[in-house]
Amino acid sequence: MNLSRVFKDDVSVVLCGEAGQGIVTVEKLLVKALKDSGFNIFATKEYMSRVRGGSNSTQLRVSSQPRSSYVDRIDLLIPLDSGAIAHLKDKITEQTIIFGDKSVLGADTDLVDVPFSKIAAEAGGAIYANTAALGLLMGLFGLGLKDIQDFVSSTIGSKKPETLKPNLQAAEKGFEYAASVSGPGKIEILLARSHEVSGQVLVNGAEAIGLGAIAGGCNFVSAYPMTPSTGILTFLAANSEKFGILTEQAEDEIAAANMALGAWYAGARGFVCTAGGGFALMAEALSLSGMIETPLVISLGQRPAPATGLPTRTEQGDLEFALYAGHGEFPRIILAPGSAAQAVELTAKAFNLADKHQCPVIILSDQYFVDAYANIPPFDFSKISAQEHIVKTGPGYKRYAFSADGISPRGIPGFGDGFVHADSDEHDENGNITEDKNIRKQMSQKRMAKLELMTKEAEPPSLIGSGDFEYLAVCWGSNYGVLKEAAEQVNNPKLAVLHFSQIFPLHSGAREIIGRAKKAVVFENNFSGQFAKILKLYAGVETGGKVLKYDGAPFSLEEAVAELKKFTAVK
Amino acid sequence: MANNFDLDNIDIAWCPGCGNFPIHKALKAALSELNIDPLRLVMVSGIGQAAKIPHYIKAHFFNGLHGRALPPATAVKAANPSLTVIAESGEGDTYGEGGNHFIHTIRRNPDITNIVHNNMVYGLTKGQASPTSQAGFHTPVQVSGVFEEPFNPVAVAVSLNASFVARAFAGDMDQTKEILKKAVAHKGYALVDILQPCVSFNKVNTFQWFKERSYYLDSNYDPSDRVEAFKKAIEPDKFPLGVIYKSAPKPTFEENVTAYKKDAVPIVFRKTARTNLLEELLNSMR
Ligand SMILES: Cc1ncc(C[n+]2csc(CCOP(=O)(O)OP(=O)(O)O)c2C)c(N)n1
Ligand code: SF4
Repeated sequence: MNLSRVFKDDVSVVLCGEAGQGIVTVEKLLVKALKDSGFNIFATKEYMSRVRGGSNSTQLRVSSQPRSSYVDRIDLLIPLDSGAIAHLKDKITEQTIIFGDKSVLGADTDLVDVPFSKIAAEAGGAIYANTAALGLLMGLFGLGLKDIQDFVSSTIGSKKPETLKPNLQAAEKGFEYAASVSGPGKIEILLARSHEVSGQVLVNGAEAIGLGAIAGGCNFVSAYPMTPSTGILTFLAANSEKFGILTEQAEDEIAAANMALGAWYAGARGFVCTAGGGFALMAEALSLSGMIETPLVISLGQRPAPATGLPTRTEQGDLEFALYAGHGEFPRIILAPGSAAQAVELTAKAFNLADKHQCPVIILSDQYFVDAYANIPPFDFSKISAQEHIVKTGPGYKRYAFSADGISPRGIPGFGDGFVHADSDEHDENGNITEDKNIRKQMSQKRMAKLELMTKEAEPPSLIGSGDFEYLAVCWGSNYGVLKEAAEQVNNPKLAVLHFSQIFPLHSGAREIIGRAKKAVVFENNFSGQFAKILKLYAGVETGGKVLKYDGAPFSLEEAVAELKKFTAVK
Repeated sequence: MANNFDLDNIDIAWCPGCGNFPIHKALKAALSELNIDPLRLVMVSGIGQAAKIPHYIKAHFFNGLHGRALPPATAVKAANPSLTVIAESGEGDTYGEGGNHFIHTIRRNPDITNIVHNNMVYGLTKGQASPTSQAGFHTPVQVSGVFEEPFNPVAVAVSLNASFVARAFAGDMDQTKEILKKAVAHKGYALVDILQPCVSFNKVNTFQWFKERSYYLDSNYDPSDRVEAFKKAIEPDKFPLGVIYKSAPKPTFEENVTAYKKDAVPIVFRKTARTNLLEELLNSMR
């Protein structure tokens, strides 16, 4: 194993083992230790849909500058079982430095032998192997013995004081191994550390969506567990007492969505989070939201489908489904944040948009996005607030009063002297069933009229790179980070990236910007180029090229760079 | 007799002679006698003939999807516990399309009243079998007659330890009103399954048929005895009428959820700014 490597900017660390071996614990602690020490972190995981066994891995990109993409490259690898090396064989190169236990992985494996199991046994049991790995990695990143001791004491030690001694012993042993392989001619990690970063918060996409929901005034959550959205539900449940959020696990997604509608009708701000399969069960309620003009906010975390698909992997295959789900014609808004910080902002905004336009708003993310951790810059929560649009009703109040922009003042029961009628049948202004053709026509026009204002208020796409581009790489949702970094690496002044965080209705400027490109390509994690179709249909632009990936994994930085190079090479 | 819950100029879509009419009257009378303010009443329903009832009562309403009255009713009550909430639909809606919600709403125990017009047939869709249709019932779909075991809502509710379970007969408006009054006044989930003749599509289970096959529980009957209640629920020949079961008092859904543990103000009226708490949360995640 060649240990002579110098890292100045960016290190990719991978931990891999069976489910249940404790990778998650090491990951959590390591990520925190490194962030607290001032390194930028971007952590992603890939895992199997099983609770024990198999091969799961976590990648930590530790960098001097903030990065938010996943890389194929592995610089430092810690395989915890023999399956790990086979699982990652396509990504291990001669440059990869592997730290492992030969007594577990086999005597003839080419690696730096660290007897994790012996260290653990000496400390008091197999479970301490993970702490030894933690000590090793903290040491490699240049943290001192004292830092490591303090960190272990304040994290593991404060939770389970009785395990502090063995944990310290294991961490110190790991640290000793790090010292033996670090230094000139060996491993040198010379990344810049920033004070600013050490004070930042590490959040994953699920927490970011949860924080956004809280900031947006969410006070009612009904959901049914489904990967990858369960994390949002647990985050909100954990904070339900602090913020007064009524959280209920519904019997199914049908109940979840119908409960959320009942909550909004009564004046609360309801939220449901799900994945494609659960969203399918919500389709009728989505349509109900459109008909009764009662707001609904849905977080849809995509995973590869059809049907159960690859439950723990990633894809952007539900875009058209999100756009067209629900019978009949009614307007909706679809948002697709590109970073954790944007997810906070847009999720909060989703509640205000839903309230204002009295329509469903869908926040579209995916497994890769909700599970990825990054340190985010401080957030100014005073800038985002819940803007309510509820009116006090008076006698003779008409819930569906006709208006120029299609929006009727929304009252709630028990606030004012009017009656609030919501009806899933076609109805008159008062909410009573009608089959009058004229009213039907006017009501259809009223509902669809809301699209105009929604379009005016749409989020513009963000352009990364010079406005003077010839080549334009278009992406949406979670592909923001990888394309931004890939374009920076390709460093072609004629190349720009255009990221859409609102899919529907599209911002009216989309056509003009894309139209300016000599060549445009759309990057998407799906088979058929769904966003390209949407651009063609609703923005009237033909994007030509498509780079599509649908094997369950996100685009890696290397793939995106290679594709951008190919794209910009064509005259 | 004029009543607070009457609406003028309404066009009622029920067939003349339908069992829905006495239920409608009994409900308005019960609400009125309980002194409920129409402005504090929310009627939630699904889809069907029975489910049109909110349109015929002066109150707020949420007339949602077929089978889906209970989830929004639970949510309305939880969002604003100061409101009186009634979920009302047919038995196809409540026990068929909405069967899963029926089970889990009982478990959840929100303080709502669930009135089910049980006519043993699908009225609105013109005469197919319903979950409570009796064996041998012929329809244009069940051409050889229904062979499924009829759904027994009372037995199911008792088995789930529902907090209040009653059965009424639309042919007896006065008693129906009395039972409805008890149900609405009850704290916790209250089921009232009302045997309701459909004069257009059910020529078997008529007023006369129900009258001959039902009887009132006598005053000695103890509704707190769950085993007795279950025996009553599965009696083969006649339907017992009245309050069949009441569980020992238990907290409602709204009382149980974390959001009301420290603060009794309905969540819809809480106006606490969250900025500082969010900063605090973010700090704790550091
Ligand atoms: C999802 C869905 N499936 C089917 C229907 C059609 N449908 C409307 S009412 C009804 C059944 C009505 O029976 P019940 O609930 O017993 O009420 P009734 O009309 O007898 O009062 C059906 C099948 C519907 N509206 N929605
Ligand atoms: S179809 Fe039957 S249940 Fe419906 S209104 Fe007519 S008689 Fe009543």
